[in-house]
Amino acid sequence: MEHAELEAQIDRWRGYVQRRQAISPADVDELEDHLREQVADRQATGLDDEEAFLVAIKRLGNLDAVSREFAREHSDRLWKQLVLMPEDPADAGAPPWRELAIVLALAVGAGLAVKAGLTWIEGGGVLARNLGLLVLPFLTGYFAWKRRLNARVVVGILVPFAVLAVVLNAYPFASGGSTEMLAVLHAPVVLWLLAGIAYVGGRWRSDGRRMDFARFTGELVIYFTLLALGGAVLTGLTFAVLQLVGADLEPVLENWILPFAVPGALVVAAWLVEAKQNVVENIAPVLTRVFTPLTIAMLLAVLAVLAAVGGLAEVDRGLLILMDAILVLVLCLLLYAISARNSLAPPGVFDVLQLVLVAAALAVDAVMLTAMLTRIAEFGFSPNKIAALGLNLLLLIQLARTGWLTVGFLRGRRPFTALERWQTRYLPVYALWAAVVVLAFPPIFGFA
Amino acid sequence: MRIDKDLVAASATPLVLGILSDGDLYGYAILKRVGELSGGGMQWTDGMLYPLLHRLERLGYVSSSWGTSEAGRRRKHYAITPAGREAFADRQEQWTVVAEALRQVWHTAQRPPAVVQGWA
Repeated sequence: MEHAELEAQIDRWRGYVQRRQAISPADVDELEDHLREQVADRQATGLDDEEAFLVAIKRLGNLDAVSREFAREHSDRLWKQLVLMPEDPADAGAPPWRELAIVLALAVGAGLAVKAGLTWIEGGGVLARNLGLLVLPFLTGYFAWKRRLNARVVVGILVPFAVLAVVLNAYPFASGGSTEMLAVLHAPVVLWLLAGIAYVGGRWRSDGRRMDFARFTGELVIYFTLLALGGAVLTGLTFAVLQLVGADLEPVLENWILPFAVPGALVVAAWLVEAKQNVVENIAPVLTRVFTPLTIAMLLAVLAVLAAVGGLAEVDRGLLILMDAILVLVLCLLLYAISARNSLAPPGVFDVLQLVLVAAALAVDAVMLTAMLTRIAEFGFSPNKIAALGLNLLLLIQLARTGWLTVGFLRGRRPFTALERWQTRYLPVYALWAAVVVLAFPPIFGFA
Repeated sequence: MRIDKDLVAASATPLVLGILSDGDLYGYAILKRVGELSGGGMQWTDGMLYPLLHRLERLGYVSSSWGTSEAGRRRKHYAITPAGREAFADRQEQWTVVAEALRQVWHTAQRPPAVVQGWA
C-alpha cells in the first residue's frame, strides 16, 4: 500500500469533480482514467507520487473552465440550474421576492382580464375567440421581463399579436359557424408560438432553445395539472363544509374563483417550471416510458375497431375530430420523450418502442386520411374538412420523417440529434398552419 | 513556443479527426499524439479535450465505446465515423486554402521595406 496517499488524493479529487452538475459520473470516470495515465507517465520520468499528481492536475486545467466547457456542450444537464441561478453575476442584484411579486401581479392581472372579459364581452362566441388574447399576454409578458427582451423582439411579438386580435374581432363571423369554431381552436396555437419566442429570449433559430421550450411546455402541463388537482381538492372540501352550514358556494365559484384561479394558475405554473424544475425532472422520462406502451396499445385497439367497422365514409365526423386529437397527443408524447432523452445514449429498447408508436400512429393517420378523402369526395369541401385534412397531412409528414430518422438511428446510420433537430425545425409549421386557418379560412369560406 | 489559444481551438477538430482516422484511441492517447505531432509545441489544457470529443460525438463525427485499460479501469475509446471522415476532408480543404494564403503572406512579408527604419 505504498501509493495509499495518491489513491486518497485521487479520491478527494473525484469527490470534488463530481459536485459539478455539468460533469456526469461517466465523464468523471473518463477524466480519472486520463489523470491516472498522466500520473503514471510522470512517475515513469522519475517524479514521486505527489509531484506526479500535482503536474497531472495542473495539466488537466482549471476545473471551473473545464466544467464550463462541459456545460456548454451538455446544456441539458444544467437545465435545472440555469434558471435557479442568475446566468451572470449582474443579475444577482434582483432580490427573489421581486420576481415573486411580478409573477403574482401578472397572475392577478390575467384573472382580472378574464373577469373583465366575462363581465363585458357579450356572446359566448366572441368571448371564446378572445380568451387566449386575454390570458397569454401575461404569460408572454413574464418571459419578456425574465429574458429582458430587446425592442426588436418585443415588436416582433406585438405586431402578430395585434394582427391576430384585430382579425379575431373584426371578421364578421357567422354566429356558431365552423370558421369561428376553427379560429377559436387555432388562435391559441399561434399565441403559444408568440409565447415561445418570448420564452427563448428571441433566439428562435436555436434548436436547443426550441427543445427547451418543448420541455417547458410539457412541464407546464404537469405543473398546471398538479395545481388544478390541488385547487379542486381545496374547493371541494370548502364546498362540503359550507354546504353543511347552509351556505352555497357555487355562484362565488363560478363568478370569482374559477375566472381568477385558472389563468392565475397558468402563470404561476410557468413560474414554477422556471424556478423549480428539478422537482419534477425525474418524473418526465418516467411518464413518457409509462405512456408510450399504453398509447401503442390504444392506437392498435383503435385501428382494430376502425377495421372492424369498415365503410369509412359513414364514419362520424365527431370521431374524425377525436382521432385528430389522439394523433396530436401522440405527437406531444413523442416530442416530450425525445426532449427528455439523453442524446448521446446508444439506441435501446425504448427507441424501438418509440418506432412502434410512430408506425402505429402512421397507420391510424393513413386510415384517417382515407376516411377524410372519402368524405370529401362524397360530401364536398367544408372548412372543417380542409382544416382537419391539413392538420393530418402535417402530422403525416412529421410522423413519416420521424419514423425514417428513428430507423436510421437504430441502425447506427444517424446520430440522435438528427431526430431532435427534425422535431424542433418542424414545430413552427403547425403555428403557421394555425395562422392560415385563423387568417385565411374565414374570408375564403365566407365566414360561415 | 506558446501557440495562441484561438489557433489551438481552431485546429483542434481537424487534428483530433485526423488522429482518429489512423485508428481508434482513448483521450489520453489522443493528447499524447498531438504532443508528438507538434514536437511538444502544442500544449492543450487536457480537460478541454473531453468536451470537444463529446461535441464531435454529438455531431456524429466520432463514436465512442467503453472498454477496459491494461490496469482494468473503465476507459472510453473513440472511433471516427464516415460522417467524421467527410468532415475531416472538408476541413482539410479549408485549411489548405488558409495555409496557401498564409504562405504567400509570409513570402511577401519576408522582404521588409527599407523605409521602416525612418519610422522608428
